[in-house]
Amino acid sequence: GALHRLAASRPRHARLYRFRADPPTTTMQRIKGLTTGSLPTFVDVGSNFASYAIREDNLLAQLVRNGRRVVFMGDDTWDGLFPKMFSRSYFFPSFNVKDLHTVDDGILQHLYTTVDGGDWDLLIAHFLGVDHCGHKHGPDHPEMAKKLTQMNEMISSLVDHLENDTLLLVAGDHGMTDTGDHGGDSEKEVNAALFVYSKTPLFRAGPPEEPETVPQVNLVPTLALLLGVPIPYSSIGEVMADLFEGDGDAVTASLSQLAAYHVNAKQVDRFLDSYALAAQDLPGDRLKQLKELFTAAAEEHAQLLAQVQEGLVASPELEAQLGRLRGHFQHYLREARAVCTASWARFHPFRMVAGCALIAASCLLCYIASELANALDFYHHCFYSLFGGLLAAALLGWARVDLDPILVVSWVAAASQLGFFWHWWSQRPRRIHLASVRPPVASMGLWQRLRAWLGPALPLGILALRCGAMFSDSFVIAESQVVPFLLASLAMLWVGKLHWDGQLSTPSDAPKQPPGSLSCHKESWPLLGLLAALLVCLRLSSLFHQCRDEVPHCQPSPCLAPLSSLRSPQAKNLCYLLCVASLVGLVYAVRRWLRHYGNLNSTSPLVLFVRWGFPLTAFCIACYWAVTSGTEDTLGKLQELVQAALVTFPRAVYGLVAAGLLLVLWKPVTVFAQDSRAAAGPIVTPFQGAPSSEADLLHVISQIYRRMQESLNSRLEGGSRWAAVAAYGLGSVYSAALVITLTLLGFFLLLLHSERMSLSFLLLFLEAFILLRLHVSAMSLAGEAEPFVVPWNAVIAWVLATAQFFYSTGHQPIFPAIHWNAAFVGFHEDHATHLVPALLVAANTFASHILFAVGCPLLLLWPFLCETPGSRRKRLKKDPQDEEQEPLMEMRLREAPERFSAVLLQLGLKYLFVLGMQLLACVCTAMILRRHLMVWKVFAPKFLFEALGFVVSYVCLLLGISLVLRVDCAISAWYRQLEPR
Amino acid sequence: MKDTEIKKLLFAHIFCVVSIILSTVVPSFFLENFSVLGTHLTWLCICSACVTTVNIFLYIIVKPNPSSKRSSFAHKISRFLKCCIYFFMSCIVFHGIIVLYGAPLIESVLETFLFAVLLSTFTTLNCLCMLGPNIQAWIRVFSKNGAMSIWDNSLQITTMCSIVGAWLGAFPIPLDWDRPWQVWPISCSLGVTFGYVAGLIIAPLWIYWNRKQLTYKSR
Repeated sequence: GALHRLAASRPRHARLYRFRADPPTTTMQRIKGLTTGSLPTFVDVGSNFASYAIREDNLLAQLVRNGRRVVFMGDDTWDGLFPKMFSRSYFFPSFNVKDLHTVDDGILQHLYTTVDGGDWDLLIAHFLGVDHCGHKHGPDHPEMAKKLTQMNEMISSLVDHLENDTLLLVAGDHGMTDTGDHGGDSEKEVNAALFVYSKTPLFRAGPPEEPETVPQVNLVPTLALLLGVPIPYSSIGEVMADLFEGDGDAVTASLSQLAAYHVNAKQVDRFLDSYALAAQDLPGDRLKQLKELFTAAAEEHAQLLAQVQEGLVASPELEAQLGRLRGHFQHYLREARAVCTASWARFHPFRMVAGCALIAASCLLCYIASELANALDFYHHCFYSLFGGLLAAALLGWARVDLDPILVVSWVAAASQLGFFWHWWSQRPRRIHLASVRPPVASMGLWQRLRAWLGPALPLGILALRCGAMFSDSFVIAESQVVPFLLASLAMLWVGKLHWDGQLSTPSDAPKQPPGSLSCHKESWPLLGLLAALLVCLRLSSLFHQCRDEVPHCQPSPCLAPLSSLRSPQAKNLCYLLCVASLVGLVYAVRRWLRHYGNLNSTSPLVLFVRWGFPLTAFCIACYWAVTSGTEDTLGKLQELVQAALVTFPRAVYGLVAAGLLLVLWKPVTVFAQDSRAAAGPIVTPFQGAPSSEADLLHVISQIYRRMQESLNSRLEGGSRWAAVAAYGLGSVYSAALVITLTLLGFFLLLLHSERMSLSFLLLFLEAFILLRLHVSAMSLAGEAEPFVVPWNAVIAWVLATAQFFYSTGHQPIFPAIHWNAAFVGFHEDHATHLVPALLVAANTFASHILFAVGCPLLLLWPFLCETPGSRRKRLKKDPQDEEQEPLMEMRLREAPERFSAVLLQLGLKYLFVLGMQLLACVCTAMILRRHLMVWKVFAPKFLFEALGFVVSYVCLLLGISLVLRVDCAISAWYRQLEPR
Repeated sequence: MKDTEIKKLLFAHIFCVVSIILSTVVPSFFLENFSVLGTHLTWLCICSACVTTVNIFLYIIVKPNPSSKRSSFAHKISRFLKCCIYFFMSCIVFHGIIVLYGAPLIESVLETFLFAVLLSTFTTLNCLCMLGPNIQAWIRVFSKNGAMSIWDNSLQITTMCSIVGAWLGAFPIPLDWDRPWQVWPISCSLGVTFGYVAGLIIAPLWIYWNRKQLTYKSR
């Protein structure tokens, strides 16, 4: 084409280079590389996440600072990267990959007139057609030929428009694979061309046989020095010496090249120095070596310059010396770049695959372990392998301190998993034997077994859909709608399957009626109501969504803005009242619930806290909202007061929440026990033994722990009196502690969000409650013989609700959407450390993960809690002797303590399995699609958010389970305390 | 006996499929610029109307569940009115469910409602024809062991296929392919149509395949 013709016909004016990009070869990273001269990684440390704008020192900024005029035309990515830098600009939308012509035609329209107009120092024209054509059709398509012909014509006609002192650079920012994609580090992706042309001769000699290879970062120092501006601070490129030869003789040329090299080396040295001070990821010995290289070269240069000025050296000798020195500088610069490249931009395919395999194995482990949770002895053996692994890690760490900790940890994890799987495999024959002893399993036909397997297959299919959706960038972008859709489908399937199995309708008992008529189960109407309420909740929660910039006509929810941004005072007041109402509603609902189960009667400090501390906390939050929403129009005198209030109220809330959590840990038992042995009556039945008038009024369900009663009875049989203890709220003691904790956490997280998000939090609690109720009524309708096992339906619905409320609390898995102002709730000035703001922002971002993970044990506890008197009555009919049996509720769990811990573990494993599958899908996506156009914009942030969310969920799940265990211990202590009396 | 019934079912279903195909092809001869994608709303109306007529026509001819009772004219009228009310209510309910699933609430209400009408045509209308306005019978048929004739079985299959088709039709909407059929509600209504057609074809085959296993309680 035109380039080859020019390069061949005018060897001193034009030259073609091979232009090597550094991975990642995505457009935005390349633009950053071409202007800053550094190796942009995906998360640029120190840059501001809130906007994509380049804050680093770059070529354009230097030019603008030095009063040059930069004109831009083409890809509008530059607009976001360099806002307000161009003296004139023609941006064209680049987002639509299908559109091959808008950008190019737009540029061609303005290019020649602008070039001829001449009021510019640097003109950048970023054509996109070839890139888009590659994405759409691939490199070997007729469309591509058309596009390339167009570019060729453009270049040859542009050459005619050039002035004599103009340098034309034609460069591709990256290559493409055989399918036309880019982003990775393969040879075809990193190779592009650079063409240099000027009407004045540039080079002293003709081109070498094989075109020279130029790294992309070299363009920045070259251009900077050619245009006479300082080299950008973080550039690690090397000047292209050929362009500094000029017209003079060999010595002058060498001297000017050397001057350029010197400036360049000094700049790189300064950057490396300050970088090494700030970050430790460059190897120390290499840096030292580089430093020595630089000092030697610089000294030699100074000496040589002095000699030249004194005119001591003869010309040929000087030339040789100059050449050697140039070699030194070149060596230094290349070494420096090599060091940086090695530590900054690398793909490790082996490590990626190994990591994926490790996560997959962990998921499998969770699944197997959750299926086996009832075989108790199994776990004791498993811990050996875990301890073995830890021991090995400790030994390794002790022996070889310099090992990469990540490697060590992953090896240990792999080893302990291998131990587990080996153990599982070796136990397998025995289990099969055990299973075959049971007749029903053996006699089941294939069809029936398929049916039995179909039960968990439906929810797992929904999970598979959710995981599959992570592999498409469109679905990740639309995930805030996909997740509610899937959750709604899951709930529908859940109820639909119940109906299909005939559990919603019972055949009428009366034989006279025709067999066709059926009567609906009494519980099916509430179930349908719950389903409808769930769907409504799902729909309402979409009112609180944040927008991604990929979605063109999206308006972020007005609720995300703080109240102070509202103009009309009436609307402000109304919203404020609504927020406070939702807060009050939350407190009221929790207290109402606790009262219903009789957990508000005792005088323990925790109950007192719930009675008085909750309203106080709510009051503090309301005051804080009032202060923040009205700050702008306060008087000068009040300003200080307002500032103080802005800090005081949130801190008061933090303090109250912390106090509440400590109280929960210290004395989690909210049981009110009344010792009625003094009374002369028979065994106290609950409603007779009401403790006070208040409890009478409040319709307390009292619980008698049967076993304890029996033991007391047997112990006191010799005595003259019957005795019993009426305990209020014993049946819901575990859930009460969890609910109180959740409410406290809810207050804390609410405070970190903007005011109107409190509605979303109210919705969150409501939806969690609906899900629990749905779970309970589905279980009771399905007639599960085993209430200890939480079905997959419930667990997956719980996880989907987590994801749903991640979006509905105004978040998106992209960095600009993080609510940074959460770091300054209760802290007015800058923070001393990074820990506190990081924690606050994390708590804000992963609010729904925290709440749902801590509340996960409720899935196990709730069915016991809702053991209604109705179901008891049925039993009463059959067995009139059992009359005084009360619903044991959660105390049923205590009857089998080993089962209790096993099912708790099983629930946790199931939850982790579902979360882990999502994480696995994200990781696989990021690995497989690392060359995808959208990887740095969509997949990689999604992966980071998902991984962090997984970690947060994991920690919170452990906290929730340990809270339940803590309550268990406290209950044991409580019993021991009762016994001697 | 059974084989003749299956044959009857097959012919009825083929009739339905042909009517759907005709509803997409024939109007282009009479209406200018008619295409399924371009003038989608028109097609929705035509298709619903077409399937409704064919179903009622078939019901009158075939009489799958002949009622033993002789009924008066007034009874028939009230039954017909009840059917109309049920159909309308099912449209409203489907509309509500679609909106709850994430369809836009205010904009393109007409599209959503017509889609709900199409969905009702494929599901509720069949139920009304086969079972009459009798919710109890509906509840019975849509449970595991509730089918009492091959007509009930085919009803189960076509209804489920239609709903699954509509559900699957929502999947291409978020993709960035920029195709005309990705616009709401075209992909869903195409999905429900394909699902219904698939159900119509599958039902006789499945029943024929499983005719040995299928035993029905006498009514």
